[in-house]
Amino acid sequence: MTPAIELVDVHKAFGATPIIRGVNLAIEPGTRQALIGPNGAGKSTLFNLVTGKYPVSSGRIRLRGEDITGRRPYEINRRGLSRSFQVTNIFPRLSVFENVRCGVLWSLGYRYSFWHRADNAREVQARTEAVLEQLNLTGRRHVPAGVLSYAEQRALEIGITIAGGSDIVLLDEPTSGMSRSETEHVVQLIRQVTAGKTLLMVEHDMGVVFDLADRIAVLVYGEVIAHDAPERIRANPAVQEAYLGLPQGVA
Amino acid sequence: MSTPAPATARPLAVGRVARTGRLRAYAPWLAAAVVLVALPHVIRTPVAVPIMNQMGIAIVFALSYNMLLGQGGMLSFGHAVYFGLGGFIAAHALNLAGRDGLYLPVPLVPLVGGLGGLLCAVVFGSFSTMRAGTVFAMISLGVGELMAASSLIFDRFFGGEEGITTNRAKAPLLFGLSFTRDGEVYYLIAFWVLVAAAAMHAFSRTPIGRMANAVRDNPERAEFIGYSQRSVRYVSFCAAGLFAGVGGGLFAVNYEILTAENMGLTASGAVLLMAYIGGVGTFMGPVIGAVVFTFLQSMLSDYTGIWLLYLGVLFLATVLFVPTGLAGFLLLHAPAWRTRRLAGLIGPYLAAAAVALVAAAGVVGLLEMVHFVASAETTRVTKRLFWVSVAPRTLTPWLGFAALAVAGGLGLRWAAPRAAAAFAEANRPEPGR
Repeated sequence: MTPAIELVDVHKAFGATPIIRGVNLAIEPGTRQALIGPNGAGKSTLFNLVTGKYPVSSGRIRLRGEDITGRRPYEINRRGLSRSFQVTNIFPRLSVFENVRCGVLWSLGYRYSFWHRADNAREVQARTEAVLEQLNLTGRRHVPAGVLSYAEQRALEIGITIAGGSDIVLLDEPTSGMSRSETEHVVQLIRQVTAGKTLLMVEHDMGVVFDLADRIAVLVYGEVIAHDAPERIRANPAVQEAYLGLPQGVA
Repeated sequence: MSTPAPATARPLAVGRVARTGRLRAYAPWLAAAVVLVALPHVIRTPVAVPIMNQMGIAIVFALSYNMLLGQGGMLSFGHAVYFGLGGFIAAHALNLAGRDGLYLPVPLVPLVGGLGGLLCAVVFGSFSTMRAGTVFAMISLGVGELMAASSLIFDRFFGGEEGITTNRAKAPLLFGLSFTRDGEVYYLIAFWVLVAAAAMHAFSRTPIGRMANAVRDNPERAEFIGYSQRSVRYVSFCAAGLFAGVGGGLFAVNYEILTAENMGLTASGAVLLMAYIGGVGTFMGPVIGAVVFTFLQSMLSDYTGIWLLYLGVLFLATVLFVPTGLAGFLLLHAPAWRTRRLAGLIGPYLAAAAVALVAAAGVVGLLEMVHFVASAETTRVTKRLFWVSVAPRTLTPWLGFAALAVAGGLGLRWAAPRAAAAFAEANRPEPGR
């Protein structure tokens, strides 16, 4: 089976500083894949390479077998991959409804259209409503996104990401900075919106990781030191060493 | 803000909601059309029509500018290039229509201007919109300078220093309309103002128009939901060029002359002031700005040689104290209007306005006397200021106006906090809710 995402010997250096040092990783379609690792391991950088935000220094990245190395973010998105951001990255002056709708427009073929009225595009409106419903933000639809609470903004962040219906979804620390109950809510949401899709997720909360992930990759100093099922990762001595003290907490 | 729940939210009432929604959407345009038709019959002074024509042209231009600044987040210092080039192309087309028998009746000339503006925006926009922010602003300045230089180089097209003239009376007729008088041109301009404004409003509601807002707010994020920020800016830029060109075409029809000044830095600056003074955050803002700016420009210039200075002060005051512009300031009062608590604001606002006027009178008096003393006219001793004759070379009027300025300033320090407090009071949530 062709991997949903495949990284082949990917390197990335900022100036003389190597951040990603030869990553090989294949993510099977339909799996929920977590990417963990200590701070500074290069998890977010890897996300930025896969989604086209940064160019790779060397190596290839393939999306369903197609080489996307060097493509622009919007080209990669149009091929069915979308991502969320670690730091909330929304359209603050637009309403909640508009934020989600922006995520819908391209995928439904509206592109750079100046001959449609956005409000009259039935399927766009319906899809936006459905996403708002999933996010539990229907009641906040007219509020400018910038004045939402932090947890609501995080939910909206995920909403914009999945609004276009991409079947490969990358989430960068979706539960960061959230309370216990907010985290549980987001985990529910992620489970719901990524059903049947390929998910790649960076996450620090080990509870969330072991709860959601089918497979876990461990990134340490720019290299994947382990990539396996959750229980085998938990038992892996190299991972335990990299996460000094953490495995006990996890186990 | 006050839009009712969209039709999709209530599937059972779709038909009815859609109909009333459509009526609500068309009502402002109908009202605008009625006002535009009625205006020349209401305001009957002979100077009014030329000024209203000028306002109409300014409205189209300022609205097109706001497609860049307000809608797309692009601060341009060279938007007059598209206005001016559209105007030149329209004027040449009109001349061809007159001399060489090209069938181009006057009412269609603004369309030619629009196509000219679009063409130029397609060319210059291709590199101008590569980047947003400071780089965009710099490139717009560069293009402006480029065209200023070109106007001297290609003087067959731009007519050198004198510019080019045209004559709308020589163009072929459409439905027997000749457009030789100002009043007829007024209706032509009013028609195009309405069409252009409606089209620009419609543009802001299209997918690309919505994405222009999104790219303005967060260009990076737009790229991760499928949109190239550059392409979004480019499409907006071309649309803005098109409507600026329509404005230029109207200018060509109305004034029958175009010079390099019409596409220069001053004209680009003026449209920035109009949009900003009116408010870039709302669709109506630039309309208000264009009307106020043109009014002050034509009125003040009759009374004082330093009217540009007053416009500059108005701009500064807007940036410093009302960054959302006149329209934004009015909109701030929408919640108080809805809860019917606007009445409590009248007193404090009137007090603040009165003392502000006193302060302004003092400052204006001082500025006018400085201007009088500093300018070369030495033969006269007295100057009329505020319906009285003053002698700027004596001490008394200086003391008088200084006193007014100080008194007004002190009054403002008393009245302004009270007006602000009244505003806060009017916006306090009602205890019952």
